[in-house]
Amino acid sequence: MQTLWFILVAFMLTMYVLLDGFDLGAGAIHIFVATDDQERRMILQSIGPVWDGNEVWLIASGGTLFFAFPTLYASSFSGFYLPLMIVLWLLMIRGLAIELRHRLHNPLWASFWDGLFFIGSALLAIFYGAALGNVIRGVPVGKSGYFFEPLWTNFSPTNSTPGILDWYTVLTGLLALVTLIVHGSSWVALKTEDPLNTRCRSVVRRFWYAGIILTALTTIATFSLRPEMFSNFSSRPWGFVFPLIALAGLAGVGYYIRSYRDGAVFLSSCAYIFGMMTSTAFALYPDVLPAVNPKNSLTVYNASASHYGLTVGLVWWSIGIILAAVYFIFIYRLFRGKVRPGDEGY
Amino acid sequence: MNAALLNLADLHPVLALQDGGNVLLHRWQFGFNLIYHYLYPQLTMGLIFLIFVLETLYLRRRDEVFKKAANFWTKLFAPAFVIGAVTGIPLEFGFGTNWAVFSTVSGGVIGQTVALEGVFAFFVESAFLGLYLYGGEAFGERVRWFSSFMIFLGSWASGYFILTVNSWMQNPIGYKRLPNGNLAIEHLWKLFLNPWLFHQYIHVIGGTIVVGSFAMAGVGAFYLLSKRDIEYGRLFVTTGVIFGLVASIWMIYPSGDMESQAVAEHQPAKLAAMEGVFETQKGAPLTIIGQPNAQEMKIDNPIELPKVLSFLSYRSFESKITGLAGIPRDQWPPVAWTYYSYHIMVGLGTIFAGIMVLAALMLWRRRLFDSRKMLWILMLLTPFPFLTNTFGWITTEVGRQPWIIYGVMRTAQGASFNVNSGNVYFTIAGLAGIFFLLSVLYVLVVLKEVHAGPEPVSEEDEAGLGEEVEDIL
Repeated sequence: MQTLWFILVAFMLTMYVLLDGFDLGAGAIHIFVATDDQERRMILQSIGPVWDGNEVWLIASGGTLFFAFPTLYASSFSGFYLPLMIVLWLLMIRGLAIELRHRLHNPLWASFWDGLFFIGSALLAIFYGAALGNVIRGVPVGKSGYFFEPLWTNFSPTNSTPGILDWYTVLTGLLALVTLIVHGSSWVALKTEDPLNTRCRSVVRRFWYAGIILTALTTIATFSLRPEMFSNFSSRPWGFVFPLIALAGLAGVGYYIRSYRDGAVFLSSCAYIFGMMTSTAFALYPDVLPAVNPKNSLTVYNASASHYGLTVGLVWWSIGIILAAVYFIFIYRLFRGKVRPGDEGY
Repeated sequence: MNAALLNLADLHPVLALQDGGNVLLHRWQFGFNLIYHYLYPQLTMGLIFLIFVLETLYLRRRDEVFKKAANFWTKLFAPAFVIGAVTGIPLEFGFGTNWAVFSTVSGGVIGQTVALEGVFAFFVESAFLGLYLYGGEAFGERVRWFSSFMIFLGSWASGYFILTVNSWMQNPIGYKRLPNGNLAIEHLWKLFLNPWLFHQYIHVIGGTIVVGSFAMAGVGAFYLLSKRDIEYGRLFVTTGVIFGLVASIWMIYPSGDMESQAVAEHQPAKLAAMEGVFETQKGAPLTIIGQPNAQEMKIDNPIELPKVLSFLSYRSFESKITGLAGIPRDQWPPVAWTYYSYHIMVGLGTIFAGIMVLAALMLWRRRLFDSRKMLWILMLLTPFPFLTNTFGWITTEVGRQPWIIYGVMRTAQGASFNVNSGNVYFTIAGLAGIFFLLSVLYVLVVLKEVHAGPEPVSEEDEAGLGEEVEDIL
């Protein structure tokens, strides 16, 4: 039962990265690929109806984590206090930028929000990557099950009191940024026509190379810092399917971008993200928050809620998530196709 | 109660680490965030109901006025909804960031409904808000009406789920204690049918309709007083007064009455503090005005209605009310906060009901639209329901102190002891800065939209308006 909930929470977080990932990515590129006000509005239009719903996957994941693994929720949220708060501030500013930009027709007003939208989106991508990096690297969980991590100490991941940012987590942060830039540009390419479409494709092409390099570097760094991350792969070799999906996705982005198939590029990018997220989850299991001192690690067993709670949760969660899937398919179908200038919302 | 508490402290190793030094800061951050956040949902939950009413009227009567009116209110609703959502995320995460020990202990119970809110309410609201805002014109009237209904349903469901958490903290039931000191849920249905939840929910929902309808009446009054958009002004004032009348009476009876009876029954310390009862007595008076004096254990300068409190609490003029003197000092809530918040809420609430009865009578006699005095009152009344809801929440939450889970766990035990005060100061400052920005921007949006009015303006007009606003800035 705990393992099932581990999979479900990992699924929700992966959905969050897949969905909010493209609108974060779109935010990270929009001031570069869109040169005038109308093009920028089109990018916002391409994510306008869906970004808020995408973000709900984060909130719902947080809630589900709270209910299924309360100890993990309490320990990690208080331990990652500062970066989490900063993430929340960025989410607020970014949400406002999307909501308020079109309220006044004034170029300065628009530029101001464009700037904040870019900063919010790009920093969020980096922080998410760094957060995942922290979980992989391990955090200084004490005997009581709690810890507190400062933003940085001496930037060394092998330090006994590591900070949120060290060279390893900065690396994972950059990988996340590059990944979401590719993801977001392929979304915008899919949703727009020339000239935006062409510019987004060239962004995908360029950042694809960066993605390959950073993926390789991160993989090497991960296994040299934490060789035990490999143990699940050697004991359950079927798990290699996850990194293979990631590699296939990465190859797919490179292949389809050359044959101008935007839909396939976006799906390949999804496959890459899905593969990376699931590989990480697979390698971590049964830890949910590895500690610097392995004795204090939080696992699916010592951090989960009671059996009754998990069982009854399975009933309502399944119903709720099926309903959510129905709305999402419905909304994405209604808004399918390219956005055109002028058909803005309310 | 004390026995249960000591028991928990013995069982839970983490509680030994709690020094209590930074608890007050965590409370300030969470309380500040809560109060600020809830300024928006109380507006949007009320407004979406009224928008849904306008959309339904449009579908039935096919009069463009209703559609344009709904569009106008949507422009005020949407940014408030987004601000409510983004300021709510730190609260959902705040259980973990600022109340880590509380979350560890109670997550096995309230985690359920926190997660339920995300999965059942937030997905619905956000998905259909996107559809309503961006697809309202493209997909036809029925899709539009249906999405307004779904946003309404989602946001009221959201209120229900989160109140399930709060009513469990007020009246914990359906749980058991595990050997490691944490609490585990025993019956999920008990949480949903918590007797506390029923009266709390109908009271809170009533409060949102008061806010929404007073805002609608206020904007309508502004148009009538300014002699512009008369048709809309009348529609807004009429709708606002009708729903405002029903809701403001509903807040007093039955929902408010049920709330105070439940407090009297389950939380005697809160009742004593909010009513300012020091001595345990039969036939306790209702204090209308007066200053609680905790040194001399009496109300200074009291204006009282004899025996009324006993009647309101237990339906008998001679029933006994436990005073603060009969409760150990370490189980008192902060008396002044609880007393004044409660009195402000009740005082304002009574005034609202009075004004709305008067306004409704004038509406009925067809005198309201010409009465500048009454329109002025309605316009100026707009911000006050925000105060009553806020002070109502302060009453119920501060009045619950010193408990975070009533009778089970103290607030001082629940805070994140691993997050030191320097970091909390930092985040309070950050939140304050962002909230200030949000307030300025929202006020700006409201002023702009109300000034622009419900009739869609042409592109040139809008450009001119942008310049005007720029000049003002």
